[in-house]
Amino acid sequence: MADPILTLSGVKADIDQYHILHGVDLTVPKGELTVLLGRNGAGKSTTLRTIMGLTTLTGGTLTYQGQDISRWPTPKIARAGIAFVPESMGIFGLLTVRENLVLAAVNGPMDEARLQWIFDLFPPLKKFWDKSAGTLSGGQKQMLAIARAVIEPRDLLLVDEPTKGLAPAIINDLADAFEQLKAQQVSILLVEQNFNFSRRLGQTVAVMNDGAVVHAGTMAELAENDELQQDLLGLGLGAHQ
Amino acid sequence: MTEETTAMPMSDTGAERQRRRPIEWLKDVRDNKAHLFLLGIMLLASVAVIDFRTWLVLTISGVAMGAMLFLMASGMTLTFGLMSVLNLAHGAFISLGAFAGGTVLAFWLDGFAGSPSFLLNLVAIVPALLFAAVVAGVVGLVFEKLVIMPVYGDHLKQILVTVGGSIILMQLIEVVWGPNEIPVTRPDSLSGAFFVPEFLPLIGGIVLEKYRLVAVVLGLAIYAAMLWVIDRTRIGILIRAGVESREMVEVQGYRIHLLFLGVFVAGSALAGLGGVMWGMYKELLTPHMGDEMMISVIVVIILGGLGSIRGCFYGALLVGLINLYIGFVEPRLAAVATVGLMVGVLMWRPQGLIPVIKV
Repeated sequence: MADPILTLSGVKADIDQYHILHGVDLTVPKGELTVLLGRNGAGKSTTLRTIMGLTTLTGGTLTYQGQDISRWPTPKIARAGIAFVPESMGIFGLLTVRENLVLAAVNGPMDEARLQWIFDLFPPLKKFWDKSAGTLSGGQKQMLAIARAVIEPRDLLLVDEPTKGLAPAIINDLADAFEQLKAQQVSILLVEQNFNFSRRLGQTVAVMNDGAVVHAGTMAELAENDELQQDLLGLGLGAHQ
Repeated sequence: MTEETTAMPMSDTGAERQRRRPIEWLKDVRDNKAHLFLLGIMLLASVAVIDFRTWLVLTISGVAMGAMLFLMASGMTLTFGLMSVLNLAHGAFISLGAFAGGTVLAFWLDGFAGSPSFLLNLVAIVPALLFAAVVAGVVGLVFEKLVIMPVYGDHLKQILVTVGGSIILMQLIEVVWGPNEIPVTRPDSLSGAFFVPEFLPLIGGIVLEKYRLVAVVLGLAIYAAMLWVIDRTRIGILIRAGVESREMVEVQGYRIHLLFLGVFVAGSALAGLGGVMWGMYKELLTPHMGDEMMISVIVVIILGGLGSIRGCFYGALLVGLINLYIGFVEPRLAAVATVGLMVGVLMWRPQGLIPVIKV
């Protein structure tokens, strides 16, 4: 396994009075795509939000590229090279596609070559460049959300269920985009319920249950072992295949 | 194209619809450009009942009033839209600006202000405007840190502490400037009026107060500048994004609190600017002058749609105009008209004329 870019050890987090994460131990290897699986309510999204500093950490440590980022505010984490695409996609619907990307390019004007690469990946973004993002379709919004995360080179992408509710053709486009990002050695932590999509892309995998990681290993190992899949993912898997 | 239009009547453009059916175009304006629709109705209805020359004077006065109201209200709508902060001390910042600017005009640079030369007047007016904005802005900075910061996200507490803060600010004004009302004479070149020559058709013989014209020009200039900032600059994009989702602005790597602080300071400075314009209009400064404007200010921002600069501008115009029109027809109804306008608009469009949708 490659060097870790991000390590969670014993991470705990609460939402209001509920304990959501009960000590998450997770290692995201550098330059690989890690899939975080688990049933609804297992704490996958909260794990991503805690890494991003959006949910307050109540115990444990987050180590990113050798630094302890447990207490860092969200903007500082973002500027350290972590991009987050939430499940709701979080695009600014009243802003145009262009303005969404202008904001995402925090370090100044957008790089032309990189923008061209994004247009090649997601042609609708070029077509609707000056349209307000709120009028885009679900798939196009997801494209914009991912484009926003990669408009500048980032070291780690946190992506929460990008395929949720999207048509198969668009899911294929997204898979292509992730393949290209993998080829660029970007580290990715992907929360997914779609096991076929995860199996195609994932190199390492972690499975969460009830606020903790219950299995971690390579995707190949999990993909071949039906019994393990049944054991870890249970009925949730069949429903999403 | 024509074939397509007949095949798909839903997809035609507004221009084509206008050619085919004026009624539909009107409905379209009513639904999509409610602010212009209402403004149009108000102008047409008033010009129908009021003599044209009087109407023209009233309209210009109403627009001037609207411009000053816009200056006073724009800061409050911004802080509410972006930060969801109900700052009921906004009126105290209006008073503060009026006193700061009035001090420059009446005491520090009174020589220039009293001179008949327009250029020398400017030497007093420009510093007065700037000083009012700076004083209100700096006090706004302190106020945000001390009073607003601990109550983010809780409207009830915001109402309580900002009302308290407003009382303190007004008392501080009394401490600094004394309890008496301070008369401020308008600079020479801003007092008096233009007489439109009698021989001109339609508008001949009307009298236009100079100061009102200045207020209109300044209000429009500041409105244009604000629109430019909001529409074209990165700060503007950030503000609009912040109105939608604070969290996602932070996820992009921006410190939203710095943005909040900046907007609060700018909003206070605008209140100060509006205050000094209002002070020069009234020519008399009292610590409560800003507070007295708060009803109108709140009506304007609710009418326009909380958080919307364009809405605030049109809301201010509507309030200014209806005040003057109704005040002319039946003076006792002027105050009722303002609130009545708000109630009417809210029944029709509960989000205000130009809503900023929170996602």
